[in-house]
Amino acid sequence: MDPIQVTVNGEVRAAAAAGPHTSLLDWLRGEGFTGAKEGCAEGECGACAVLVARPEPDGTTRWVSVNSCLPPALAFDGQEVVTSEGLGRAPGACAIADLHPVQKEMAERGGSQCGYCTPGFVCSMAAEYYRPDRTSDPGDEDAQTGPAVVGAEHAADHEHGPNGFDLHAMSGNLCRCTGYRPIKDAAYALGRPEPTDTLARRRDEPAPAARPTRVVTDAGEFVRPAGLAELFDRLAAAPDAVLVAGATDAGVERNIRHLRPPLTLAIDRIEELRGLHLGPDHIELGAALTLTEIETRLAGSVPLLADLFPQFASRLIRNGATLGGNLGTGSPIGDAPPVLLALDATVLLASAAGEREVPLAAYFTGYRESVRSPGEIIRAVRIPLPLAPRTAFYKIAKRRFDDISSVAVAVAATLDGGSVARVRIGLGGVAATPIRARATEDALIGRPWTVDVAREAAAVMAAEGTPLDDHRASARYRAAMLEQTLLKFYEENHDAPALEVTR
Amino acid sequence: MTALSQRPANPIVGLTVSHESAELHVTGAALYTDDLVSRMAGTLHAWPVQSPHAHALVTGLRTDPALGLPGVVRVLTAADVPGVNDAGVKHDEPLFPDEVRYFGHAVCWVLGESLEAARLGAEAVEVDYEPLPSIITLTEAIEAESFQGAQPTVSRGDAGAGLARATHRFSGEFEFGGQEHFYLETHAALAHVDEGGQVFAQSSTQHPSETQEIIAHVLGLHNHEVTVQCLRMGGGFGGKEMQPHGLAAIASLGAVLTGRPVRLRLNRTQDLTMTGKRHPFHAVWEVGFDDDGMIQGLRATLTADGGWSLDLSEPVLARALCHIDNAYYVPDIEAHGRIAKTNKTSQTAFRGFGGPQGMLVLEDILGRVAPALGIDPTELRRRNLYQRGQVTPCGMPVRHAERLTQITDELSERGELERRRREVEAFNAEHEHVKRGLAMTPVKFGISFNLTAFNQAGALVHVYKDGSVLINHGGTEMGQGLHTKMRQVAATALGVPLSFIRLAPTRTDKVPNTSATAASSGADLNGGAVKNACEQIRERLEEVAARTLSLHPSDVRISGGVVTGLGTQDTIAWADLVRAAYFQRIQLFAAGYYRTEGLHWDASRMQGEPFKYFAYGAAISEVEVDGFTGAYRFLRTDIVHDVGDSLSPLVDLGQIEGGFVQGAGWLTLEELRWDTSDKPSRGRLATQAASTYKLPSFSEMPEVLNVHLFERATEDGAVYGSKAVGEPPLMLAFSVREALRAAAGAFGPAGHMVDLGCPSTPEAVYWAVDAARRAGREAGDGGASARSMAPVGSGTGGNGTGGNGAASGTVTPSDAGGGNGTVERELAEPLAPHGVTE
Repeated sequence: MDPIQVTVNGEVRAAAAAGPHTSLLDWLRGEGFTGAKEGCAEGECGACAVLVARPEPDGTTRWVSVNSCLPPALAFDGQEVVTSEGLGRAPGACAIADLHPVQKEMAERGGSQCGYCTPGFVCSMAAEYYRPDRTSDPGDEDAQTGPAVVGAEHAADHEHGPNGFDLHAMSGNLCRCTGYRPIKDAAYALGRPEPTDTLARRRDEPAPAARPTRVVTDAGEFVRPAGLAELFDRLAAAPDAVLVAGATDAGVERNIRHLRPPLTLAIDRIEELRGLHLGPDHIELGAALTLTEIETRLAGSVPLLADLFPQFASRLIRNGATLGGNLGTGSPIGDAPPVLLALDATVLLASAAGEREVPLAAYFTGYRESVRSPGEIIRAVRIPLPLAPRTAFYKIAKRRFDDISSVAVAVAATLDGGSVARVRIGLGGVAATPIRARATEDALIGRPWTVDVAREAAAVMAAEGTPLDDHRASARYRAAMLEQTLLKFYEENHDAPALEVTR
Repeated sequence: MTALSQRPANPIVGLTVSHESAELHVTGAALYTDDLVSRMAGTLHAWPVQSPHAHALVTGLRTDPALGLPGVVRVLTAADVPGVNDAGVKHDEPLFPDEVRYFGHAVCWVLGESLEAARLGAEAVEVDYEPLPSIITLTEAIEAESFQGAQPTVSRGDAGAGLARATHRFSGEFEFGGQEHFYLETHAALAHVDEGGQVFAQSSTQHPSETQEIIAHVLGLHNHEVTVQCLRMGGGFGGKEMQPHGLAAIASLGAVLTGRPVRLRLNRTQDLTMTGKRHPFHAVWEVGFDDDGMIQGLRATLTADGGWSLDLSEPVLARALCHIDNAYYVPDIEAHGRIAKTNKTSQTAFRGFGGPQGMLVLEDILGRVAPALGIDPTELRRRNLYQRGQVTPCGMPVRHAERLTQITDELSERGELERRRREVEAFNAEHEHVKRGLAMTPVKFGISFNLTAFNQAGALVHVYKDGSVLINHGGTEMGQGLHTKMRQVAATALGVPLSFIRLAPTRTDKVPNTSATAASSGADLNGGAVKNACEQIRERLEEVAARTLSLHPSDVRISGGVVTGLGTQDTIAWADLVRAAYFQRIQLFAAGYYRTEGLHWDASRMQGEPFKYFAYGAAISEVEVDGFTGAYRFLRTDIVHDVGDSLSPLVDLGQIEGGFVQGAGWLTLEELRWDTSDKPSRGRLATQAASTYKLPSFSEMPEVLNVHLFERATEDGAVYGSKAVGEPPLMLAFSVREALRAAAGAFGPAGHMVDLGCPSTPEAVYWAVDAARRAGREAGDGGASARSMAPVGSGTGGNGTGGNGAASGTVTPSDAGGGNGTVERELAEPLAPHGVTE
């Protein structure tokens, strides 16, 4: 095998000293890079954000921002990483500052106060600066702006700059000092990269290929298998190995809960897990595609997923997180399962013995438990076509960007001549697993789509699941939200006349 | 010496400049305490053993299992302390406790060759506990009369008489939550014994002198054997005023005992579970108004949740009581304060320092009762603003009180208040499920430490032979731009370009006996000291120049690094003048000193003039609430704020905006939840991570934010006519919560009093909306039903407040003793009982 190396800011560095449980952040800081900081160690604050070079389907490279506190350093063997130090030159003894455009805007506009979150913001902002599909098009010229816009429509109005900058690029970065306005102004003032910009030019070349990696220490073992066959072999030999793609969950377990799995298997670059196929009767999404990749490549063609992604954690997380991970951890508060349940998705479970397709509704068996056998992996998720025409995703949380649901509700309905022909409702946060709201579905199917039926069904919905009191919300609020979201779905999906007139 | 507030021609203060470290911040080259670790060979790492009980005796401690692990070097325990085993200034904070008093309390610390070794070591230490009963909530503490410290009262006139003459009386309760500082940089210290044999501690501290003192007393050393340096902090907000001391002492103890550098950095979980936060408060109150809505009397008891030890709870409570009036004249008042002792982290300073809590009580009252008085809340607030000549309940004249009215008038105009009020009304009439709310609230905040002795500062200014200038002062940089302002002050006072001035990190061996960089006072105090030092040097240089130019020294002018004089065309370059002075054996360095004049405070009577001046401001906020979920958006905020004549406008703007958003976080989003069950996890902080404790992100900034600095605002009592800016803007965020209240009220009938939990999370707002709709339905088909009600299903029973811990209490109008028709209407108002628990 090649020596273990990571390229940081254009310089190749030996990384063999990193153990299987060393995060990219800790390794970088140990190498003397001070730009990336630990703020929370669970991918919530973005102070540790760095840029990594990732492959595009067309063979070019995209600079992607990730939280370096989560993935193992060894996952970057052979890869290229850029930190805030690599974007521009700091002033210092015998050194005159030479700032990157992003850094310049941040420095001049008061974008930093204490400065601790700043390198992370700079990296997130730089990734968006280099995003190849960032266009200056403000969108629909007829679109209303300002206070005339109500409710969710604010998003498009206020979350994109005139330079095409998507504010969600920084949804995973927290600042405690500035109140964000100057950072937003800095982002919206950015132009296009100069032709001489080395990172811009780097995009035209292929990204580094993934290469097999194996490190064994007293503390454990890290392996990036060469392919699916090797993965199955290793998993068969060690069924309790931890599979990581973006490590957005495993990294938290390592940092906060101090878990030290004996074997970590990196699966994020296995090609068989990275397909995206649009078939005549289904869409197949590879389990190891990042959510950002799915979001970008589907380009809104599955509206319910398009609703989900901007509300799913943050851009920094979505750049690492996968559907396979979100289903594999089996958390009852994951945001993808309610949506996939509403879409009637199935899960493709694969092992050396072959592959089987399981409806997602039959996949979860208990708190963080599923029908997946030891040695099996989630290879892909399938969404049947055609899609239901009326869908909605309601995430109930304290914060609009980057929060965890107290309740998540996804609805996909087909109305036929004023009646509910078909409906699927997925719920998160109200039971030990994500669930289908079957009683509510039964209360709707075949019934006329009227306010009385909606109210009746909403009352049924309020009793779905077994919501609990916790630090995110009270059980009573969760139950109320089940009811209210169905009423809201009715309000958004019935033709006039409005509710109060029919009362 | 020139007058404190007088600016020379072409001052550098007042110019818009970036943060002095901005280029280092953005490149990642700005160093923080924990960034120094990779520069120190052989550093050991520290990890705490934290208590799994809220209250217990430590009956056994076995460190051998840890010491047997590879890489574990030492376990620090009480037996290792050569000096005093205490981390506080009140001697009630044992550094290594034999009785743990909160869940997460550190019992001992493990030092390891690596962080991982120390962590594994800490997991291996065996501790025996004998659990004791614990008090977690404020309610429990009040019932058990578990209090600590002084119980002061602020009073003026006769509150009973004020209430008796009021024609409208209300009483109620209000409990609201604290706030985690969540500075992005957690607590960190790095200590070693240096080449001179002194203990040298790098610490992320707002109060290096006190960190030095605590290290010294723990180690049994004199202060001159310990030096503390603070390069910069990744945020402080008050959280690093007292809390760093014990941590730096642990690192220093480890360094002394092992002879190796010791690094102690709390991870986020440890920081959240071990260090103090903003005090939650409980208030019971009685208030009376006349028919015009003028406040007649207020009687209140405020109980601050101090946590397990006193820390800064007494001065926090004092400031709360001194600010319960906010910007309003309350003729007859009696406000009692007490500090609950609970088994939680020891609550501490947090931007505003009790002021926000005191002010919130009255702002909440005004917001709640305005509908019952039939007066628009903004109008009710406007009528009660302090007027020129009035005095606070503490006996302090409200100098420049007229600025409150000027600011609110200017803000109403800039914020287009009347037009937007009509628009919001029209919007609400058109929309059934979404309502908007608009509110304006003022701020008056006293500047100076309540404890008079803290209002002093020092500086050390060196002019080198080449003309370059190095300044040191006693203040610390935590992002607030203090160093930026101090460079501007020095450049102004010396008459040189900003580029001539370099600022060195804060160290206790440069400027001794400093006060905490706190109470918004950093620029006032240290600016005074820097100016004083620079002017000493400048006066000496003017004499040198006068000789060269054949002028009287008072006719010499130094500006922009060029020396000239009245009636002469001759000029001298700054560097030439400095060199000439050196050869004439003129002292080119100076120690500067400043003390705030005119302060006095009698803490026993809670009377005096503790503040140099008041900072004023006001904000209008507009929000939109979704009636289905209680979720909301901040549409627009307009602010007019008084910073005197700004020393550094970009810095001040940043403080105003950042303070406002942080205040909005406290009031709406940020929720600290402790386990109050009887399970073994009782007392555990449930929100101990960034994933569970949510601070504002991009989605919580107002979509439109307009900030205007109040003009022609020279403050005679502060350096170059400026005013302190760190804390006051936080309280501009009251406007957000009051706007949420207005929006929730718009779901109900006219006159509906909105009881809103605090923090006003989407859940709390939902229950307020729910209550408003219920009031609408109960009002039946009367006039109120013209507003159509949103559908409310059957699934939710009961009346709700926030429902969870930090919920609000009750409001009860009470009979004012007459057959007053208005009072009868109030009594007929359907006020739901607000069960805090289910």
